[in-house]
Amino acid sequence: VLLVIFNTQCRAVTIEDEDDYTIKSSKTDAGSTTNTSGDAPAGITTLPIVIWKWHHVETPYLVALWILTCWLCKLVSELNHKVTNVIPESGVLIILGFVLGGIVWGADKAQTFKLAPVNFFYYLLPQIVLDASYCMPNKLFFSNLGAILLHAVIGTCWNAAAVGIALWGCYEGGAMGDLDIGPLQFLLFGALLSAVDPVAVIAVFEEVHVNEVLYILVFGESLLNDGVTVVLYNVFDAFVSLGGPKINATEIIKGIISFFVVAFGGSFLGVVFAIITSLMTRITYKVQIIEAGFIIVIGYLSYLTAEMLSLSAILSITFCGVCCQKYINANMDEKSVITLRYTLKVMANGSETMIFVFLGVSAIDKNIWVWNTGFILLTVLFIVVFRFMGVFFLNWILNQSRLIPISFTDQLVMSYGGLRGAVAYGLAAILDEKKIPEKNLMLGTTLIVVYFTVVLQGITMKPLVQWLNVKRSTQSDLTLNGKANNRVFEHVVTAMEDICGRMGDNWWTRNWNYFENKYICWLLMKKEARKINDKILGAFHTLNMEDARNYVIENEKKGSLEFIRNYDAASVDFKKKLALDYADIMPDIMADMSDYDFNIENVPVTSVIRNPVPSVSMDIHEQDMRNMNGELNAHHLLEQHLYKSRTHNRPTYSRSHYNTTQNPEEVQEIFQRTMRNRLESFKATKRSVSPANKKISKHSKNDSTMKTNGKPVDPHRTHPLGDEDFEFSADSASSSEAAANFPGRSKNRSGAGIDNPAFIHEMDTSFPMRNPPWQTGTSMNLAPSQRAEGRLPWTPTDLTRLSPMMADASVDEEAPEKHEDKPGSHNTRL
Amino acid sequence: MGSTNSTLIKIPNVEELMQETGFSTAHIIRLHDRFKELDKERRGYLCPRDFEAIKGLAINPIGDRIIGAFFSPGRETVDFYTFVRILAHFRPADNSRPKESSSPEPINSRTNKLKFVFQLYDLDKDGKISRIDLLKVLRGMLEMQVTEEQLDSIVDRTIQEADLDGDDAISFEEFRKSLEKVNIDHKMSIRFLR
Repeated sequence: VLLVIFNTQCRAVTIEDEDDYTIKSSKTDAGSTTNTSGDAPAGITTLPIVIWKWHHVETPYLVALWILTCWLCKLVSELNHKVTNVIPESGVLIILGFVLGGIVWGADKAQTFKLAPVNFFYYLLPQIVLDASYCMPNKLFFSNLGAILLHAVIGTCWNAAAVGIALWGCYEGGAMGDLDIGPLQFLLFGALLSAVDPVAVIAVFEEVHVNEVLYILVFGESLLNDGVTVVLYNVFDAFVSLGGPKINATEIIKGIISFFVVAFGGSFLGVVFAIITSLMTRITYKVQIIEAGFIIVIGYLSYLTAEMLSLSAILSITFCGVCCQKYINANMDEKSVITLRYTLKVMANGSETMIFVFLGVSAIDKNIWVWNTGFILLTVLFIVVFRFMGVFFLNWILNQSRLIPISFTDQLVMSYGGLRGAVAYGLAAILDEKKIPEKNLMLGTTLIVVYFTVVLQGITMKPLVQWLNVKRSTQSDLTLNGKANNRVFEHVVTAMEDICGRMGDNWWTRNWNYFENKYICWLLMKKEARKINDKILGAFHTLNMEDARNYVIENEKKGSLEFIRNYDAASVDFKKKLALDYADIMPDIMADMSDYDFNIENVPVTSVIRNPVPSVSMDIHEQDMRNMNGELNAHHLLEQHLYKSRTHNRPTYSRSHYNTTQNPEEVQEIFQRTMRNRLESFKATKRSVSPANKKISKHSKNDSTMKTNGKPVDPHRTHPLGDEDFEFSADSASSSEAAANFPGRSKNRSGAGIDNPAFIHEMDTSFPMRNPPWQTGTSMNLAPSQRAEGRLPWTPTDLTRLSPMMADASVDEEAPEKHEDKPGSHNTRL
Repeated sequence: MGSTNSTLIKIPNVEELMQETGFSTAHIIRLHDRFKELDKERRGYLCPRDFEAIKGLAINPIGDRIIGAFFSPGRETVDFYTFVRILAHFRPADNSRPKESSSPEPINSRTNKLKFVFQLYDLDKDGKISRIDLLKVLRGMLEMQVTEEQLDSIVDRTIQEADLDGDDAISFEEFRKSLEKVNIDHKMSIRFLR
């Protein structure tokens, strides 16, 4: 079938994938005949019923057909896992590309379909980079940024210079026979071959699963070295045009300046576009259907704009993706986020497939192959050797100042992972033949280098990693234990650092985080998003969704969702209870919260729903659910409520720097608790009379407050830290007044180890008696509980009309829908 | 370098300390400076009040326990040696150290780090983390809004996950096992400036 298709294509007119130097002649003859038959009214004699309109659809048809073919190749390569276990998928694709190329060559005697640089750079590469940068683990990336930059800049320059000069040396030494190349051209060739390719790195490392630091170092380097490659390439290209004699100091200085301009200009442009994107997502909530598309388009525009200004396009789109991901994820509705992620994945993966197939296809072209053993072999040799040298040397420098040094095996893998790919090929294909007579040789050599790295090194990467026992990426399957302990570790280390008095101040990072939270988030994130950003962890929510799905799946196996039937007899109370359960576990199911402008910020939902035990006791199924809820609660509670230590956002693999904890209320609470504990111990040892008095007075105050709410204090409810805490922490759940109060309070406490109880009394009166959120029960007016959900993301589905808290009749018909999303079955995964 | 030498001389048994903890001279000097800075009243030892004066510890949920870890049971003061020894737990492990089976395990080994944390949990020092111990720690680390029942269920599940022999408490072995996948060395190390 493929053969037939290709033959028909070949008989058609020239194809859009062609390059300048492919042969057109044989096509046009065939083309003209088909053209005339499909011609417009001028030449017909009767009314044609059906016309063969090939030339109308030719271009898009061929494009679509090739895309389909490439993706079919991918399908073929995935069919047999035994093959993919040995050869990485990219290798298989290249080989399939050879086959396809052979077919086309056989039909056409010319390579009509090549990987044209234009198509590659403008249509195939941008989405890959955008996808990579959007999914980049930012914390890891920025904490290793120094290492990455060092490798990207210095490493690439070294590679380019070393390979170029070494090759030239060998040429002068006569190892390559007779070639028409000058030293500048060698340097140019070295430059275009120096860049580690992001596409190849993704493709190969994807299947190997090394630990994240190693991965981010190689991958980050592959992304950022584009800035250097572009500059080097352009500079040497210009030098080659200028010719040897004209190059003097000014030109060289200009070259160096151009590096800074191109690299920083590209990055800056990327950041600008990231800001535009984030601002855009602030207002696109009205068009959530196409919200995801905005990012793709604007990302692409950043790429093209940089290209237009001759800045580094890859850097631009990289920084666009990297910088905007946090804000657009916060701003956009969840569905849009998912859409965006999957769309980018489809596009990126599809492009990657096409690139590799075409890399294979392009090889089958007699015209480009100029074989020069010495040149080719020496190139491959030097590429590998200098990569190893460069990586080891730079890592040695880095290890002098890293907290966790890069191990030897990691360094080996890093050197081995310096894969060249399509970018090098693209750059080689753009070379001007007139300036560089040996272009074909270079092109051929580039292809061979690419095949060598992708196929050979790809095949041997996995065994090498296993043989060297490289640390693999750990599964993030943490248990409750692990989670709690992790947090304990963080707290301990933070405390130790405080005790040690960390003199290594990283003023910049601390201030950056402060600055970012204060200004940037204000600018770029929606108001609701900002409120959520702090406390509720996204993982909590994702977990809930997954549990809900699992629950439905499991129960569907037992038959129809029978628990719906059981709830028909429920009273209003019960529905509310369910709603509360949902509120507990599924915060986003709640009503359209944007309509309610509540000032309560950062109140976790569970604060309101203290007690999931329903007043109406139902059947076993109910109890079952409650147990499950209990188990789920444990996980999610922990996830949600653990205090963040100061180190929580701290990168662990660089010079330690720490930032203040983001949440002033949390700080407040811990501070109060600690102070109170110390005070108690102090009081207990020194005074025995007055504290009792104080306690009594506070209790009476509490009682009066609570009674005004209409809900009596539950005498049996033992609050963890006693009633006195109410004053201290009352404001923790309410609005910014708390923050304002905090400085005032801290003045009393600053520098003092143990406080005079007299001060506390003063504080009592300064607080307005506020109801701690958990005090306001569920039976009263519904505002508090809604307030709790006030700032959570809401989904623009038909559930928006759902107001579970309102005693509406509309709740009835919507109750079944909610059941779909009930918390899922017990799931220990975290 | 003259000043550093003189500082070193002032600290008796410095060699032994360095040997035991693995700190270098520069580290010891730096820690000594810090010790003196904390010891505002120049007594030569630290008491709890000095620790409490450190700002960061007040807002640390387990700050008090950590302070308590410095003071061996019954003692009210911390001298320089204890100070350094405790801090030695947090040195990054050096892989280059030759493994001599005769010498005792270095202070900053993985086991010892874990033991340190275990002692933080185990307040009643019975060698196990009982429900009560865990309850106290988690209560301190969780926010105020968590109720008793929820806290109970968390503690229950935590113990259930780690408790292998069913005694409703976590022994050190179980503790260690539950953390075997975690990279303790990374998480429990701080960089002492060279």
